[in-house]
Amino acid sequence: MNTRSKFMLGGLLILGTASFLAAKSTAATAQFYLTPHELAERLKADDSFRKNGMKVGGRVVPGTIVKAPGNKEVRFVMRDTMATSDARFTVVYKGIIPDTFTDSVDVVVEGRLDDGNTFQATVLLAKCASRYENAPGKPGYPPGTQGGHPVDVPKGPTAAPQT
Amino acid sequence: MILLGELSLWVSLLMGIWMTTVSFAGGATRRGELVQSGERATYATLFFVIMASVGLWTALFTHDFSLKFVASYTSANLPKVYLFSAFWAGQSGSLLFWCLILAIFSAIAVVANRAKNRELMPWVTGTLGVILVFFIGTILFAANPYDRMEWVPPDGRGMNPQLQNPGMAIHPPMLYLGWVGTAIPFAFAIGALVTRRLDTEWLAAIRRWSLISWFFLTIGLVLGMWWAYVELGWGGYWAWDPVENAPLTSWLCQTAFLHSIMIQEKRGMLRKWNVTLVVAAFLLSILGTFLTRSGVIESVHSFAQSAIGNYFSTFLIAIFVVTTILVMTRLKDMEAKAQLESMVSREAAFLYNNLVLVGIAFSVLWGTLFPIISEAVRGTKITVGPPFFNSVNVPLGLGLLALTGIGPLIAWRRASVENVRRQFVFPVLCGLVTGGVLIALGMRAFYPIVAYILVGFVVGTIAQEFFKGTRARMRMYAENVVLASLRLVGNNRRRYGGYIVHLGVAMIFAAFAGFAFKKEFDVSLKTGEVFRATDPFGHAWTFTSQGVSEFKRLNRYVTAVALSVTRDGKPMPVLSSEKRQHVDSNDQPTFEPSTEVGLYETAMQDVYMVFSGMIGPDQAEVRLAFNPLVWWVWYGGMVMAIGGLIVMWPQAEKKRQGGYVTVLTPGAEAPVPATAGAQ
Repeated sequence: MNTRSKFMLGGLLILGTASFLAAKSTAATAQFYLTPHELAERLKADDSFRKNGMKVGGRVVPGTIVKAPGNKEVRFVMRDTMATSDARFTVVYKGIIPDTFTDSVDVVVEGRLDDGNTFQATVLLAKCASRYENAPGKPGYPPGTQGGHPVDVPKGPTAAPQT
Repeated sequence: MILLGELSLWVSLLMGIWMTTVSFAGGATRRGELVQSGERATYATLFFVIMASVGLWTALFTHDFSLKFVASYTSANLPKVYLFSAFWAGQSGSLLFWCLILAIFSAIAVVANRAKNRELMPWVTGTLGVILVFFIGTILFAANPYDRMEWVPPDGRGMNPQLQNPGMAIHPPMLYLGWVGTAIPFAFAIGALVTRRLDTEWLAAIRRWSLISWFFLTIGLVLGMWWAYVELGWGGYWAWDPVENAPLTSWLCQTAFLHSIMIQEKRGMLRKWNVTLVVAAFLLSILGTFLTRSGVIESVHSFAQSAIGNYFSTFLIAIFVVTTILVMTRLKDMEAKAQLESMVSREAAFLYNNLVLVGIAFSVLWGTLFPIISEAVRGTKITVGPPFFNSVNVPLGLGLLALTGIGPLIAWRRASVENVRRQFVFPVLCGLVTGGVLIALGMRAFYPIVAYILVGFVVGTIAQEFFKGTRARMRMYAENVVLASLRLVGNNRRRYGGYIVHLGVAMIFAAFAGFAFKKEFDVSLKTGEVFRATDPFGHAWTFTSQGVSEFKRLNRYVTAVALSVTRDGKPMPVLSSEKRQHVDSNDQPTFEPSTEVGLYETAMQDVYMVFSGMIGPDQAEVRLAFNPLVWWVWYGGMVMAIGGLIVMWPQAEKKRQGGYVTVLTPGAEAPVPATAGAQ
């Protein structure tokens, strides 16, 4: 076997390992990212869908926020951002509540739907109420964020990059 | 001035079109006057882009709230320095800023090459013109900072408080300098492909540009991490957010290129690969700008809403197609001049280093784009989280760290058993001792131990290289230690600057591994109450609440909580964390409240404190964390930047060649012609 093919073999080994790791952890950590409407549709089709961990993105229904003292627990109702659907879910989140979390902001919650149709969130991300720059007079988005406020406040120790 | 700025933007578009057209025409017809006209048009474009930028800055500083951009990102009571940085706080302004840097870089590239690379230059200028026209056009037709509103508000919205931070004022320009820096090598690659002059000449022309780009990306990335750490208050510095991943992929590509370029210079191999890397780095920069500026990852709605989406995707596809065609038609011109001779050679180590770097870049890109890919393919948005990135990149990163230590130790072409034995004994010993000590001290986590063994190995490698080089000089020139080591670095900036960069990398890896031992507590304290905790190093700490205070500052109301701290019974500096409500000039609240973290930094660990809220008038909810070795990320970043500066620093041609031969480390390097090390 000449050096070139030996090298190729080594390269394939590296790339193979990388792709294997990527494929394996894609499957292991993948989460659905749905709107409340899509979630309701999925539940209608198959109720066992609630067993999956997922992310749900939508908007807080104004006036539904109930905070526990000390900013450590919050309960609210969320709906679709565009208000085109009636789907609504009650969300309960325990952990530090982001500063930007107020009435009618866009939120992304991560967690599970329990049997009582309450979404038990472990992560709560809040963004500016309107993130579209075309809207006059609306706040802009910090460079270095995805457009929303970078207020990722994961519960508990955050996974650190260890590479 | 503002009107003038707006007009200048239109004129710069015309100038850019002229620059592109005549340069390409000049290149194709080989007519000198057209080429010259194109180069002059570069200066003219720069002038008008500068005018357009000055116009926008004028609007920001004079609080012209009739401009939507000014009203959206500033307010009358914003500190001056942030009026300046508001330029790149929003999408349209940051695109103009991109243009400004590109125009400056283009002009510098044209000036620097007025007597060199004449065959390539028309195509280089023309390519840069295309990119400029694209950005100016996108600004004018899709994201114009000069857009006016139908009414003039009395005050602007103000700047997001999280951006009112010195790190955030500097971070975006650094990233942009890095990203735009990839455009010049890309333009030279196009020039080389078109003219089929694919020898090492074009590489020599772009090496410094690649270094500049790498240098600013490094600083930008580290600053971004620092900003996230001190400003966002979630307690870490890296969250695998798409906006962090985008510059990281560009950085990885640049790093790979800076290594593989050496193989082409010395051995004439990897010619196709280098062109590919240059093009990939540029495409990733455009993609990164797009990702950070459009929010497409987070929400597909924003893609439809954001006018720049279509422009950017079209541009990306067009560049991809054109360069692919160019590369495909020129494959014969890029045949390798040498073959890999042995698996135990520096070439092989570099090749693997490239594979791993590109592998990491690709996996990060995959994870980042996964929501888009899954939505396109399966109709459902699926995201992958930090566990994905960690489980893929921790092993790859450790492999990379190992190669960082191996590469400098083995000889080019074919290393002998003797060479391997002599070179590896000391570094391997360093690594094993490090690992042994840590295990003896009680560390049991697998990945961190492996990481520290490799860090020890890399540091051992660098120490050995410096020691050998210095000793050789001391013997040869009878210099003392200090002089010898300084001249060693000074005369071989590329090599020893590179080792300094490696040292910074090792420091950062050590910091990442240490962060695995982070400890975090959520506590609730009334005034006078005490919280006790043990840090990861075994010290006993107490935190006593000194109560909550409220006061007003220039543009904000502040609620603060202070904790007095002791470690092992000895008093430590007081920690305090604030909740801030920013207000505009009429005392009306703007934005949601923001949090200022409390921080006590040492080389061993940071004590990190976040004020999360109040229960009643007196009881504060606080999150406390011991974050080990964070300091080493910032200083490792600085060491990398300094190493980068040493590598970039101009050096007289003659001296460099002389230095290269005389300080050849015995056995470390097969003798190569001195000219091969030039540039």
